[in-house]
Amino acid sequence: MSFLDITRATLAKDIRLEWRSKDAMNAMLFFALLVVVIFSFSFDPTAEESRRIAGGLVWVAFLFAAVVALNQTWARELRNQVLDAYRISPAPATPLFFAKALGNFIFVGIIEALMTPLFVAFYKLRALGPGWELLPVGLLGTWALVINGTFFAAISLRTRSREIMLPLLLFPISIPAILGMVNATTAILTGEDPARFWIALLVAYDVVFTTACLLLFELILEAE
Amino acid sequence: MNSMHYLYAAYIATWVIHGSYLVILMRKYSRVRKEMATLKK
Amino acid sequence: MKRGFTILAIVTALLLCFALYEALIAAPTEQTMGNVQRIFYYHVPSAWTAFVLFLINFVSSIVYLARRNVKADILALTSAEVGVVFCTVVLITGPIWARPVWGIWWTWDLRLTLTLVLWLIYVSYLILRRFSTSGKTPVIAAVLAVFGALDVPLVYFSIWFFRTQHPSPVIGDGGSLDPRMAHVLLINWAAFLCLAWLLCWTRYRLEFLKREVEEAQALESLMETSR
Repeated sequence: MSFLDITRATLAKDIRLEWRSKDAMNAMLFFALLVVVIFSFSFDPTAEESRRIAGGLVWVAFLFAAVVALNQTWARELRNQVLDAYRISPAPATPLFFAKALGNFIFVGIIEALMTPLFVAFYKLRALGPGWELLPVGLLGTWALVINGTFFAAISLRTRSREIMLPLLLFPISIPAILGMVNATTAILTGEDPARFWIALLVAYDVVFTTACLLLFELILEAE
Repeated sequence: MNSMHYLYAAYIATWVIHGSYLVILMRKYSRVRKEMATLKK
Repeated sequence: MKRGFTILAIVTALLLCFALYEALIAAPTEQTMGNVQRIFYYHVPSAWTAFVLFLINFVSSIVYLARRNVKADILALTSAEVGVVFCTVVLITGPIWARPVWGIWWTWDLRLTLTLVLWLIYVSYLILRRFSTSGKTPVIAAVLAVFGALDVPLVYFSIWFFRTQHPSPVIGDGGSLDPRMAHVLLINWAAFLCLAWLLCWTRYRLEFLKREVEEAQALESLMETSR
């Protein structure tokens, strides 16, 4: 079976499993809503100010929601000893990892898509710059968090204090990506500077770390 | 605060950090030495 | 071995004293900042030393992944730990310098911010090593080190561009440097490199002994249970 076949099969299985246990998804969505509301209570700026800080606020909220989601997805694999099955199976580890990352990407993407209109409403957001650019920023930024997040979540499985280990590893490495996402979003919302450099930075980050994750996952899976 | 105080603070802080690290290493050394001694018995 | 260590210790102590003299007394006083500028002679070489140590960590991690050589793994751990110590010095001396000169404790200065991010990455590396329950911790740690190293250029460029959009005070040499000051700077760097070597040598020895003891203890408990 080719790389794509294995990826597609694993991804389909994960989506089916996730759909069957809708509880986890619903809990996650409610958590996302709570995050938006708490942030809106805590930071209540005027429309003018909100354009400057919304970039940071939204992405920090997404970051925390993503970490909670990522911690969840590997936990289920552990409970059912799926990782051991992966290790024994003749399928190479890389497409399995890629499918996991894609599944997480879809999962986190749905959460973000639901949080965004709430943020827009609470903060009366309106982009002064080219609004369509927010889509590539959203996609690239989310991928940056998810690809490394999935990888580090796998590493965290073999550590004490597993839940705290994931953000502990993810946050420092993600700093350039976070700078990119936040500044690109702020640039687009305020319309003051071009977001182009930050988007280029996100592209570079995604390329570098997607390659690194795909090449090195096999080593992580073997580490027992 | 006189600016010279900042200068001294910086230099002293540097040596406190390096010194503390050395002290930690020395303590670990003596602990390992003790364990080696009990093993040899 | 023991003699080499003693010689290094003596040379380091002498160099550090000489470098201190140069920094505090021999070096010319800077015009705008006055004597506080002398913090520069400790702040900058510590940063350079930390970067060298992290480079050593990167190289030994790669060597470990390629050859699974235990010595490479111990060197990786050692250089990361000593690197974090030097990074801490940079992060403490930086604000102490910024305060009298700029009136603020922190600034998103390129070198200072890069050092902060490196400190965070390598502290997370050390925590991973401590918390890992896997038998193959060295492999996982080496992979993390590679990730950290890949991150560095991205961190550099992101901070650099961030600063062009949000200019803030620069800690240290604005640009050209008086050759006498450069001279003192290099002497202090040489002294700190020797100190780093000494600390690494000590830590390396310690780790080696620790692992021997752990193996011996494991062997002993195995023999106890089989009796």
